[in-house]
Amino acid sequence: MKRIKLAIDGRAVSVREGATVLKAIEEAGLYVPTLCYDPALKSFGACRLCIVEIEDMRGLPTSCTTPVQDGMVVHTETEEIQRVRRTIVELAIANHPYECLLCNKSQDCELLKVARHVGVEQGSIERLRRATRTRPPDRSNPAFDFEPDKCILCGKCVRRCDEIVGLGAIDFCHRGYDTAISPFGGRPLVQSICQSCGECVEHCPTGALLPKSLFVPEREIETICPYCGVGCSIHLGIRAGKILRVRGNEKSPVNRGELCVKGRYGLDFINHPDRLTRPLIRREGVPRNASTGDVHQIFREANWNEALERVARGLTRTMDQHGPDAIGLLSSAKCTNEDNYLFQKFARAVLNTNNVDHCARLCHASTVAAALAAFGDGAMSNSISDIDHAEVLFVIGSNTTECHPIIGRRIKRAIKNNGARLIVADPRRIELCEMAEVHLDHLPGTDVALLNGIMHQIVEENLHDQSFISERCEEFEPFLESLNRYDLKTVEEITGVAGEKIRQSGLLFGKAKKAIVLYGMGITQHTTGTDNVKTIANLLMLTGNLGHRGTGFSPLRGQNNVQGACDMGALPVVYPGYQRVDNPVVREKFEKAWAKNLSEKPGLTITEMVQAAYDGQLKTLYVMGENPMLSEPDLNHAREALARLGMLVVQDIFLTETAQLADVILPAASFAEKDGTFTNTERRVQRVRKALDPPEEARQDWEIIAEISKRLGYPMNYDSSAEIMNEIARLTPIYGGIDHDRLNRGGLQWPCSDMKHPGTPILHKGQFTRGRGKFHVVHDRPPAELPTSAYPILLTTGRILEHWHTGSMSHRSHVLETLVPESHVEINPVDASRLGIVEGDVISLSSRRGTVQTKARKTHRVRPGQAFMAFHWREAPANRLTNPALDPQAKIPEFKVASVKAMLTVLEMAAEDNRFLTALAENPAGVLASYDLTPEHRKALVDGDIASIEKWVGPLEERMQAWLKARLRQENISEKQVSTI
Amino acid sequence: MEQAIYQELPAERMEEIEGLFAEIRKEFKGRADELIPMLQRVQRRLGFLPEQALLEIARLTGLSAARVFGTATFYAQFRFQPVGKNIIRVCRGTACHVKGSNRILETIEEHLQVSPGQITPDGLFTIETVACFGSCALAPIMVVNDSVYGSLNRSRALKLLDEIRAREEGSSEKTPFRSLN
Repeated sequence: MKRIKLAIDGRAVSVREGATVLKAIEEAGLYVPTLCYDPALKSFGACRLCIVEIEDMRGLPTSCTTPVQDGMVVHTETEEIQRVRRTIVELAIANHPYECLLCNKSQDCELLKVARHVGVEQGSIERLRRATRTRPPDRSNPAFDFEPDKCILCGKCVRRCDEIVGLGAIDFCHRGYDTAISPFGGRPLVQSICQSCGECVEHCPTGALLPKSLFVPEREIETICPYCGVGCSIHLGIRAGKILRVRGNEKSPVNRGELCVKGRYGLDFINHPDRLTRPLIRREGVPRNASTGDVHQIFREANWNEALERVARGLTRTMDQHGPDAIGLLSSAKCTNEDNYLFQKFARAVLNTNNVDHCARLCHASTVAAALAAFGDGAMSNSISDIDHAEVLFVIGSNTTECHPIIGRRIKRAIKNNGARLIVADPRRIELCEMAEVHLDHLPGTDVALLNGIMHQIVEENLHDQSFISERCEEFEPFLESLNRYDLKTVEEITGVAGEKIRQSGLLFGKAKKAIVLYGMGITQHTTGTDNVKTIANLLMLTGNLGHRGTGFSPLRGQNNVQGACDMGALPVVYPGYQRVDNPVVREKFEKAWAKNLSEKPGLTITEMVQAAYDGQLKTLYVMGENPMLSEPDLNHAREALARLGMLVVQDIFLTETAQLADVILPAASFAEKDGTFTNTERRVQRVRKALDPPEEARQDWEIIAEISKRLGYPMNYDSSAEIMNEIARLTPIYGGIDHDRLNRGGLQWPCSDMKHPGTPILHKGQFTRGRGKFHVVHDRPPAELPTSAYPILLTTGRILEHWHTGSMSHRSHVLETLVPESHVEINPVDASRLGIVEGDVISLSSRRGTVQTKARKTHRVRPGQAFMAFHWREAPANRLTNPALDPQAKIPEFKVASVKAMLTVLEMAAEDNRFLTALAENPAGVLASYDLTPEHRKALVDGDIASIEKWVGPLEERMQAWLKARLRQENISEKQVSTI
Repeated sequence: MEQAIYQELPAERMEEIEGLFAEIRKEFKGRADELIPMLQRVQRRLGFLPEQALLEIARLTGLSAARVFGTATFYAQFRFQPVGKNIIRVCRGTACHVKGSNRILETIEEHLQVSPGQITPDGLFTIETVACFGSCALAPIMVVNDSVYGSLNRSRALKLLDEIRAREEGSSEKTPFRSLN
């Protein structure tokens, strides 16, 4: 690119063409004051402080908006500039409060810094001061306050929210002296669409937007956020053993300084008083099913030695009496790679069983199975940054802006700034739909038909990449033939999506030179999960969208280290690095390294372990950092299964719903209290650093495992997690070049074969990992359970922005819990009015497996006949309703499709022993017409005469009366009918 | 900021909004630069900008709701409260002030029991003040809807209001809201 030469205050500077004069001034190492300038944002030119004098140019242009030109001669500070700048700053602070001593921002206040630089005068400020007009602060948000009096209207918050977050929750309002930053309607922030991510707070130059916490941290530790699979790099601000503030790491290629509400304000769970600090042992004679009540009645504190002995003895006894395969182990996608490696090594080498699995089974097991079959690698093929280079983004079954917020923003920016085009396929009208060119709201469980229909269009229009297919793929012909039956009309019937939209999607995706498919649980959590993923693989191979920049296969991984836990072999069929346990060569390698004979029998998956426990074949379960008692489908069944175990050991940081059933509970260290590595969704291995000591006696997970191992006669001697990583690198080809010291600059993306290998941002370049990409013939199959007249509503489950999985962390974060304190179900207004449900009603949702109570939220996000509920709440566990039917290959349960019925909870209770109310509740409107009613009863019903009705059904509470009146109006029992009967 | 948006639109007016937006969707392409004409179109029909209309305009233009609100609040011409069927604007310019327009305003406020910017409970009147109408020769003046009344005094102003009220009560139209179409 062309370089431009110019002179700044007599220094010769050369910058790239198109840069601004301000950039050149920075390059020259000079300072000009600014208040509205933010390098991540478009130039704004509002504060007028960066004015300079440029020879042969009129006036004093703002350097942030003036592009450089060859031969420019720039002066950054003349007497006139000094005078103008001083007046500008004096105007800005004339009505600013003088309470810098009390302001938490004063240490990093830009306004203070600029005022010192330009040298303001008290006298002129007094002259400029307007009659003071104090505006009330907005303290509605639990994380931060807004004080309009300290606001200087630089607009950084408005622009951050618009340009970076892509939300636009706030803007400039009113005019002149009254100008203010405000959400829509001038209402408090917490009632606006603000997502509380705090990007505005982080970049406010004054104390106008300020975190609520009073203390300023004394040191910062760089580590990785423990929530989702994006893997944002964060600085933990620590003081007196507490996490006080969190800010994004600007140097990280993953998040470039950005964070979402969970990452920035949701990490205080570390310091929650509920943390487990000492080992606990179930008291003698307390049955496992009596686990609700006072913790101290159920458990007693024990010392580590006793607890570890108890675990070791229990494991030995099970092995001796029932064999090693009567033991199951659940590893953790929340723990580090090192913890996971050691845990599966413990299972395989010490206990001699392959019964080790983790929650990837419940999220992306189908991805791993399908992508290994199609490509040879079960992970995201490209990097997150590829989103910036794509022409078309196809998001299917992923509510990205809530579940992977930082990737969600990238998608929004790609559309806004790079002109990328978006296709969204989701039964719900999610936030991304607003930016989508096409929204395919197909019926849950019809993804295969939808995608096959789109591919059929691509082939019909001859938009498939023939050379890619013939050079790099195999088994195309049978696949091509299989598409024949997916003509527009058929697909329209199966999916419920207008044929025109399917055709449009096909053209859009087919014509794009570079396209990415991003997907989440909406694809994988089905009995057809593996088929769904194979269809996505087919689509990408068909259009040649693999192996180069701006394309790719992008499963968005859920947990912070679910990719790593899979990589480390916390799966029943593979050792670390996806090396199969039934491959004798591989097994021999690990037998030699671990000096033990290993089992060749593939182990049980989570879902199979639960069933085996139910059937009495699995006797002992050792759970590290997982909470199946909220995350398993059909919780009533899972609870019974766990209650039947001979011994349950839980190692966690909180007394989770699962821990409450345990015999021994081992207190572990949180992410902030350990060293190690997490691997994010783009296969990037990143360093996790210890910021705090574990509370009281809690210990690091790998240390606990090593202690138990020692007691079973297999000492594991490691000094640090770095040493464990060295062993991983020796045995795992894809991690061959991973070393803690090498990860200090932004991490490395596997495969990374040796110490010189720079990592692999893009897989399948030139050749697929398995050689040729394999097309699979996949046909549409219906979900295991479909709505019936008894259970007419189709329920999908998922997550929301403010909470995390089973909530053991997010419910213990003050900000997150304050923002969303209780569960709700999204229900379409059409269904709500049919059922007589109004906003905020407590309703009972029942499936064939159980019932939960939650609040109703009416919204058009869900279609009529569908409902959505998040599974974060123990008070309303959505998984009591879900269907445990499994995908036959990946054994992933169908969390996304269950049939339920909904009823007002008060009505359900009232109808329990009342046939009249039961009839009204369970039948469609008009049921009473077929009843043989006496004229007296009929009159009471027609008139909605509650007093008379109460005489015969008993007293009705107020909500029931309102419901009954509304319901009777629907019945439409007219006088005419009276006369005819 | 102090100006809260009028939130609850009477149910019968929701249909009116829906009808209005059906027209707007035909007339406009949904570009961001059509924002102000759209706002004007809504105000011309409804007399003010209800919250539902602002949100709908945000959806149509693809702008954030906060941006639409910010733009609307920038201009003095837009209102966020429903207006009475008749808008009484009392001039508070220098010439009118010298001729006692403050006393006229006070009298009207007392008579109708509302302050500038507010609507009378019967929906007949909204009072507003204006900095100067440029009809200083006729000071003090008051503008009722589009008619200018000059050389006023307190009793003439009251008489004018009473006349309007008598006329309105005689008319068959029951809707308390003003429609300029």
